[in-house]
Amino acid sequence: MTSLLEMRSITKEFPGVKALDNVNLTVTEGEIHAICGENGAGKSTLMKVLSGVYPAGTYDGEIHYDGKLAQFADINDSEEVGVIIIHQELALVPLLSIAENIFLGNERAKNGVMDWRETFRLTEDLLKKVGLSENPGTLIDSLGVGKQQLVEIAKALSKDVKLLILDEPTAALSEHDSQALLDLMLELKAQGVTQIIISHKLNEVRRVADSVTVIRDGSTVSSMDAHKEEITEDRIVRDMVGRDMSDRYPPRPHRAGEMLMEVEDWNVWHPEHADRQVIKNAAFNVRAGEVVGIAGLMGAGRTELVMSIFGKSYGKNISGTVKMHGKTADVSTVGKSIDAGLAYVTEDRKSLGLILEETIQKNVTLANLPGVSKSGVINEGEETRVSEEYRQAMNIRTPSVFQKVMNLSGGNQQKVVLSKWLFSGPEVLILDEPTRGIDVGAKFEIYNIINDLSEQGKGVVMISSEMPELLGMCDRVYVMNEGALVGELTAAEASQEKIMSMIVTDVVDEPVSGAAE
Amino acid sequence: MELADNNNDGAGKSLGAYLAGHLRDYGLLVALIAIMLFFQVVTGGTLLKPVNITNLFLQNSYIIIMALGMLIVIVAGHIDLSVGSVMGFVGALAAVMMVNWGWPVWLTIPACLVAGIVIGAWHGYWVAYWKIPAFIVTLAGMLVFRGLSLWLLEGQSVGPFERSFQSLSTGFIPDILGINRPNGTALIAGALAVILIVWMGLNQRARNRKYGMDDEPTMFFVVRNVVVCGALFYVMYKLSGFRGLPNVLVSMVVLTVVYAFITENTTLGRRIYALGGNEKAAKLSGIKTEKLTFLAFVNMGMLAALAGLIFAARLNTATPKAGFAVELDVIAAVFIGGASMSGGSGKIIGAVVGAFIMGVLNNGMSIMGIGIDYQQVIKGLVLLAAVFFDVYQKNKG
Repeated sequence: MTSLLEMRSITKEFPGVKALDNVNLTVTEGEIHAICGENGAGKSTLMKVLSGVYPAGTYDGEIHYDGKLAQFADINDSEEVGVIIIHQELALVPLLSIAENIFLGNERAKNGVMDWRETFRLTEDLLKKVGLSENPGTLIDSLGVGKQQLVEIAKALSKDVKLLILDEPTAALSEHDSQALLDLMLELKAQGVTQIIISHKLNEVRRVADSVTVIRDGSTVSSMDAHKEEITEDRIVRDMVGRDMSDRYPPRPHRAGEMLMEVEDWNVWHPEHADRQVIKNAAFNVRAGEVVGIAGLMGAGRTELVMSIFGKSYGKNISGTVKMHGKTADVSTVGKSIDAGLAYVTEDRKSLGLILEETIQKNVTLANLPGVSKSGVINEGEETRVSEEYRQAMNIRTPSVFQKVMNLSGGNQQKVVLSKWLFSGPEVLILDEPTRGIDVGAKFEIYNIINDLSEQGKGVVMISSEMPELLGMCDRVYVMNEGALVGELTAAEASQEKIMSMIVTDVVDEPVSGAAE
Repeated sequence: MELADNNNDGAGKSLGAYLAGHLRDYGLLVALIAIMLFFQVVTGGTLLKPVNITNLFLQNSYIIIMALGMLIVIVAGHIDLSVGSVMGFVGALAAVMMVNWGWPVWLTIPACLVAGIVIGAWHGYWVAYWKIPAFIVTLAGMLVFRGLSLWLLEGQSVGPFERSFQSLSTGFIPDILGINRPNGTALIAGALAVILIVWMGLNQRARNRKYGMDDEPTMFFVVRNVVVCGALFYVMYKLSGFRGLPNVLVSMVVLTVVYAFITENTTLGRRIYALGGNEKAAKLSGIKTEKLTFLAFVNMGMLAALAGLIFAARLNTATPKAGFAVELDVIAAVFIGGASMSGGSGKIIGAVVGAFIMGVLNNGMSIMGIGIDYQQVIKGLVLLAAVFFDVYQKNKG
């Protein structure tokens, strides 16, 4: 086995920060190489150096690719020799078709006139390769994230890829789609495509990776070869955070006090397709001090369920009742839902949860401005005091609360969102994918915050696509499939297999609706 | 003692960093002063003659008043292209009410403000509740109200008006000391304003220090206040040498203070910034985004109406061309003042200084006898330069 890529003592400095310090990375031809590290460890910077986003000369060290010293001046240079990177934020044009996206900038054309027949034929071949059964003329807009990811890979394949880099490819995918993607990676490997995967999900790393390089604080900490030694998740975590993480889910005594919130007969129709019922007769409840999970595949309707409850922010023709403390509550607007004691931490914190250009302070008080004002006039000092309190309590790592939120890491941003909602004084917090895209250390802190909330007697509803997280954190888990809550399991009975089998059984029970979706 | 020393050290080191962080705020002020000094020199001292300073305020008052509303609309993430037409329409309406229908002034003014509110509500309704882009709604409004003012005036100029209506724009506050030249009221108002600014500045500093907020280095604070207060008192002194405080200056200052307070210190203001910064996040935080958007346009309509009244009063006649292309000056003033096209940022004081920069450019170049052709070119380049400076700063930071 020869090495396809060797990055030797790469050092990259930004004004005031050494982002990479003597990083070494060797990728063998035909393998899947995983790079792990906490957010901000330097993984993305390393990939940007590799792909020419930071051109040769702006960093120290050498890149040897395919036996030659590589000096990429830009992304085109690296793509030319087959190094292709798929970023976490997908770079597809939503209102163009699959075929147009795949050949964007690389069009099949004669004298500047598109050759549609050739374009569509090649697209069909590529889609077959990645296992996506869609019409090449379908607009990207109408595809889910999982399928979009596959289009990105098809696009990479169209460029004669030798080294494919996937940056957090499964971060936004459901369990099911993630598995499909990992299978595809293994298949590509069999066809001889060398791959680098950056991932936080260690079970996935373990499943596909032949070797693992761990980066911490801009330096290589360890390199492991799965064929020579056993790579355990614990070992990776230890290397990533630089300490032992014996328990990834901090323990919490089971508490279930008085009934806080009950949702009954909840029905919601799609906002645009009036005949499509998105939520069907959903019913669930949360008690004080309880952490209740909602499991399900992507597209099962979990986000739609909670958003339709919180201020009726999603869907049409919503019917059903929400009771707080046994009394029917008015949740018809977000304001009234907040007054009723609800808080909703959105799945997508950047576009739905935060005002990125504003300071931490202004984000923290946003949902409860009256809490820092008198007759409509904000007391800025009081506002600073409050946000400073949350900064310390939540351990938001930043010099001051006047820092803009966009400068924070994912984990710290999430803590700002949590602070905002805690300051609104809720009784029930609905957390939608609270640990998505944040690193192991910050996840642990979020879990601790959830446990604190439980201790304060608040009810927590938690949606997560990571089943181990639900199993590790929840007292009860509801299983959702195709808009209906199809089962309920206590912590003691719940297991990944049981949850999956509930979803699968449900599909078998209702073959007609299953086929229709 | 030790603590104090540390503080001083910190301040010394961060002086450059502080300046870099607030370059935009100081830059705008420095630019205005530099432009004024430049024209003062090249016009041989005409720019800062009492009569010209008075004229500067009279000429630009309606732009500044509309810039206040426009800033809020732009912060909320929208734009209003109709303000020039609305201003012209309301001026025409006032003229028709008073001259053709014989309505008294006391009835005409509130009626016209209500008309402005209704027009604003009309725009706001489509933007806020039907999500039609403000650009389109107000472009339509621009045509509609331009057409309606032509129709209302039947293509003629209508005037003149009663003295009491004219005084809305061309009146002066009488001298309470009875000296008249220099005008005592202007001097006293100037002195009071200086005391107020320094007092508020000191208060703010004390509070910032108490909560450990971003603190301006002492030297900067002193220099800034000396410059601002010096300029202010100088202007007041000059005004006192002509006819004193114009009425319109007083209403302008009051409005500026009120709107600065609303945008910076109230929950209402904060919510508008949040709405412009991230509408979805604001909505999911319980903010009534539709209602706020609607109100931003209602407010804009009212201020455009006020500007229309003041403009008509100054010319002492309403013409079908009144307010033509004024929306562009207003929007330019707001962007020169540092507001962001995408919404969520910008300050009232910035918009006012931006409007003054445009005003001084207009006035100075006219005195110099520069043709209207070059004037447009220069104003356009100033706008581009100001926004380029913003973008450059942002990319660098």
